[in-house]
Amino acid sequence: MFLRMVLGALTRQKKKLLMMACAMALGISLATAMLNVMLDVGDKINQELKTYGANIIVTPRGASFLADLYGVEDGAGVSDKYLSEAELPNLKTIFWAFNIVDFTPYLDASVSVNGHEEKVPLLGAWFAKHLDIPTGEAVDTGIINMKSWWDIRGSWLKDDDESGVMAGSIFAGKQGIKTGDKLTIFARDNSGKVQTAFLTVRSVFHSGDKEDEGLLAPLALVQGLTGLEGKVRRVEVSALTTPENDLSRRASQNPRSLSRQDWEIWYCTAYVSAIAYQIEEALTDARAKAILQVAESEGKILQKTRLLMLLLTFLSLACSALAISNLVTANVLERSVEIGLLKALGATNASISFALLTEMLIATGIGGVVGYGTGLGLASIIGHSVFGSAVSAKALVIPIAALLVLLVTIGGSLPALRMLLRLRPAEVLHGRQ
Amino acid sequence: MNILELKDVSMLYGQVMALQNISLSVASGEWVAIMGASGSGKTTLMNIVGCMNKATRGTVTLDGENISRLDGRDLTAIRRDKIGLIFQQFHLISYLTAVENVMIAQYYHSMADEQETLRALKRVGLTHRAGHLPRQLSGGEQQRLCIARALINYPRLILADEPTGNLDESNQNTVLDIFHQLHAEGSTIIVVTHSPEVAAHAQRVVSLEFGRLVSDVPAQRFH
Repeated sequence: MFLRMVLGALTRQKKKLLMMACAMALGISLATAMLNVMLDVGDKINQELKTYGANIIVTPRGASFLADLYGVEDGAGVSDKYLSEAELPNLKTIFWAFNIVDFTPYLDASVSVNGHEEKVPLLGAWFAKHLDIPTGEAVDTGIINMKSWWDIRGSWLKDDDESGVMAGSIFAGKQGIKTGDKLTIFARDNSGKVQTAFLTVRSVFHSGDKEDEGLLAPLALVQGLTGLEGKVRRVEVSALTTPENDLSRRASQNPRSLSRQDWEIWYCTAYVSAIAYQIEEALTDARAKAILQVAESEGKILQKTRLLMLLLTFLSLACSALAISNLVTANVLERSVEIGLLKALGATNASISFALLTEMLIATGIGGVVGYGTGLGLASIIGHSVFGSAVSAKALVIPIAALLVLLVTIGGSLPALRMLLRLRPAEVLHGRQ
Repeated sequence: MNILELKDVSMLYGQVMALQNISLSVASGEWVAIMGASGSGKTTLMNIVGCMNKATRGTVTLDGENISRLDGRDLTAIRRDKIGLIFQQFHLISYLTAVENVMIAQYYHSMADEQETLRALKRVGLTHRAGHLPRQLSGGEQQRLCIARALINYPRLILADEPTGNLDESNQNTVLDIFHQLHAEGSTIIVVTHSPEVAAHAQRVVSLEFGRLVSDVPAQRFH
């Protein structure tokens, strides 16, 4: 009998229930899209932000000490401390290995070009170095991925290019150098002996930074010129991180000050300080420093994006609840005689409310399913248009969406249910108080 | 034995005294007509007896139970278990068939039983209309359906508010015949009406004027 009543009511009020379903579909579609994007956005935004450079710098412990103490920059010849290039694959073996998106080592030297006395900085780096990791994986990492915003006229170098060099835009402008030009490089190795290399300019690059004033070459070539085979001055690391908080800030001051429990939470969370700490564990005599401005900016952007999405979700659901509230109230008003009759026949408030809510939930449930499907499509469109890749459908969103349908339906029906509870059969059946 | 007893029942709506010190007894198996002009308090009295409203003052005893101070939930239970309501406007649910309109009273009382419902429809001559929606029935058929719904739970008291008010003479007679049949079977019937002709079918006629009980006489004398 209950089903007959509910189905009868549903078929009788098709238009109104269709409007309820539409209201719920709109709200849930936006909520589904926002929740899916929100759950995926961390990685997506992090990936986007990673294209703007490194957020961790690794230097030899002693060099770092001098830089910290005296503000001395790398490459000024004040330190003979280096990191071992052979240890760099260890970066991909730490606990947060999968969060390390890219990294590249650097070795700098001062050289003379074409016999001019003026010293020009020559920077050696990995471009797209193929590494076989001890864990059995293989990665290609280097400056090509990390400096994707650089403007290159010509082509990037290859790591095994022994005669190629890239010229910074300022240096090239001053010297009138263009792609294809031949350069003779003179460099003094670590024993004081002058080394000569004949190189071809493969491209001119514009980085917008101090690299524009010099030359860029494969790391191996610079190591050969300087006699520092297997050594690097610093490593830039680009890692996916979790926004900083009080715990991570305390840890970055001194990890040993944390309690055992806090330490485990910090170590097992992808805070930039935790990743830096693990990098120090993986490399000998290394000091890994988070570029906090970058890390914090990433965290803030992420938090604000998530907040915006939560706000949109809340607003869309509030709109749905309002629309449903109006429709249910109109429904109860329209059916007041019927409800009064049911009360007169002995139906309790609870049984009538249950029947009414069942009708609403069937309509809004259908709307919710349609909204969920639409939301997935919307999330995909957002993913492709904003991040250039699909947003994966998160299973977690399904129970959340179901819960939201339930809450919005019940929340939207509350004013009408309140009216229903107050409705007295004598009033509606006889028009008396 | 009295099935209904009202003692000094008054009903106040704001400053308006809708009923004033009404005292009335109805014996089990009796057929009583309540008459009066519009605004005399007939429907107010029916709402109080039908547990759809509570008197401001006085005592109402139904089937030996004082219902004057019961709360809404208990009044609903008494209405469901002891009273069969018949309305002038029929108040049938438009999207349910005739048989379903009767079954719904059963559903809220105990358990819906389609066979029993069909027997109730047979009693009021509506078996052939069991699958029809209310809008497919005539006024007389709708009122007979309303009677079948009122009877389905074997109420101790049948309360009919202007049961023939919307019917032509032929359908009025059909409905009154059913009432006679119910009365003969021992049902207690209270009919609120403004029609002397309908009231004349009852055993007693109680007249109200401006909320006061002005006469309570056997139907023959009233006629």
